[in-house]
Amino acid sequence: MKQIDLLIIGGGPAGLAAAAAAYESGCRDMLILEREETLGGILKQCIHNGFGLHTFKEELTGPEYAQRYIDKILEYGIPYQTGAMVIEITPEKTVTCVSREKGLEQFSARAIILAMGCRERPRGSLGTPGWRCAGVYTAGTAQKFVNLQGLMPGKRVVILGSGDIGLIMARRMTFSGAEVLGCVELMPYSAGLKRNIVQCLDDFDIPLYLSHTVIDIEGKERLSGVTIAKVDGDLKPIPGTEIHFDCDTLLLSVGLIPENELSEMAGVKLSPATSGAIVDDRLMTSVEGIFSCGNVLHVHDLVDFVSQESARAGENAAAYLEGRLDICAQRIPVVAGSGVNALVPQYISQSANCPTTIMFRPRAVRKNAVVRVCVGDEELLRKKYRVLAPGEMVTMTLPADFMQRQAAQAQGAEVLVEVLE
Amino acid sequence: MTRELTCIGCPMGCRISAEIQDGKIIKIEGNSCNVGKKYAEEELSCPKRMVTALVQVQGAREPLCVKTREPIEKRLIFDCLRELEKVSVVRPVHIGQIVLKNVCGTGVDVVATREYD
Repeated sequence: MKQIDLLIIGGGPAGLAAAAAAYESGCRDMLILEREETLGGILKQCIHNGFGLHTFKEELTGPEYAQRYIDKILEYGIPYQTGAMVIEITPEKTVTCVSREKGLEQFSARAIILAMGCRERPRGSLGTPGWRCAGVYTAGTAQKFVNLQGLMPGKRVVILGSGDIGLIMARRMTFSGAEVLGCVELMPYSAGLKRNIVQCLDDFDIPLYLSHTVIDIEGKERLSGVTIAKVDGDLKPIPGTEIHFDCDTLLLSVGLIPENELSEMAGVKLSPATSGAIVDDRLMTSVEGIFSCGNVLHVHDLVDFVSQESARAGENAAAYLEGRLDICAQRIPVVAGSGVNALVPQYISQSANCPTTIMFRPRAVRKNAVVRVCVGDEELLRKKYRVLAPGEMVTMTLPADFMQRQAAQAQGAEVLVEVLE
Repeated sequence: MTRELTCIGCPMGCRISAEIQDGKIIKIEGNSCNVGKKYAEEELSCPKRMVTALVQVQGAREPLCVKTREPIEKRLIFDCLRELEKVSVVRPVHIGQIVLKNVCGTGVDVVATREYD
């Protein structure tokens, strides 16, 4: 068994940013383990532009954004293994990995950063009726076929779900010569970013059917058509509102699920709200020395935010390895109040003395809303938003000194985040 | 003529309606701020888009991803894609390398967006 200071599980945007930051914070004995043949993760297939506006102040494509971080890894000489799949992590931080090159390997790590990302919700989780024919893909799978392998999944396409990958694929399929007949969204609002609705659907006159869902999938060998219908307030299809499309392809863009099987093996406690690890402000999980960041922790809207968060995980892991992280400090819970969902982090250490970032998703679309953060009776932050939507994550930064305030030091103190009407 | 637009300046996504007469905007309504006004003006006079696409690589099935270095006029998107269909590049290719100069006479070059060995 090899001894190592820091193992980073995943070589996508989260793993790369975490590794670079850990190096910059002084860590030298580390290794990135990546399942695929090259570094870069999902960015490799996101060939559209719009990445890096926050981080680099310019609009890059996914592969270009990834290369900026890969170049850093190469410059620093940080070791990585590709084609290496981690199959087990124990609470003692023993990591088992398999690769064609080296067979089975075991590492004993002092710290681990979980950066495995997320995967798409598959058809099986939707309960959509109809035939199990070929031609039904998740949007990301279709994206991989088109952008990385040069293959076209079909010619006449319907998209279920208005997540960003589905919207991006509506445009890509159109560019590649397919006809996209419509994008069907169950909710009365889109799950994707506004700019993607405009630039991927409106630009090409692709209709967006809000409050609609697919009620039948037809075709024995290959998909031959789908039927959609309007849904009522309880999201149940309304008889008489059916629309039929002849099509050979149905793409699903119905949500992302953090990939936490390894985290669970390691004994990391998960949050039902985010499907990711429960972490404190240092991004440390319930297992000491195991950190989590990026889409395996909670699904982000922008890769820029993944990079920022992961860099913090890298810095904190390096600090932990040097004994600079106060792990004995009391932690106070961060509680999701009304209108708040998928809150991260779930705890803040009472020794925190740097600005703390809290992120969440609003439960519903709200106009002219106020987000308030309180500790005990004391209001820490109040911010007005002209519009809040579940599709856009909200980030609040708490002042550096707030933990030193009396209310935060009190017995049973908690931080409450809520959306006020 | 009235044109309906969705502003992409912020998450508000204001529905903007603009009245056009003789090719000139005479009225903009529905925007909540100046960002929306500016967006509508640009969008109605000369909308531009970055185009990202794929081109063939000689002797390989996997395509190379490319982009226009600057946004080009929206109406030229499909002309641009048709020109790129004819392109076939020779490996290796580096990020930023020009694969097609002056696409559709726009003065904008199309460049590679990944390392391809």
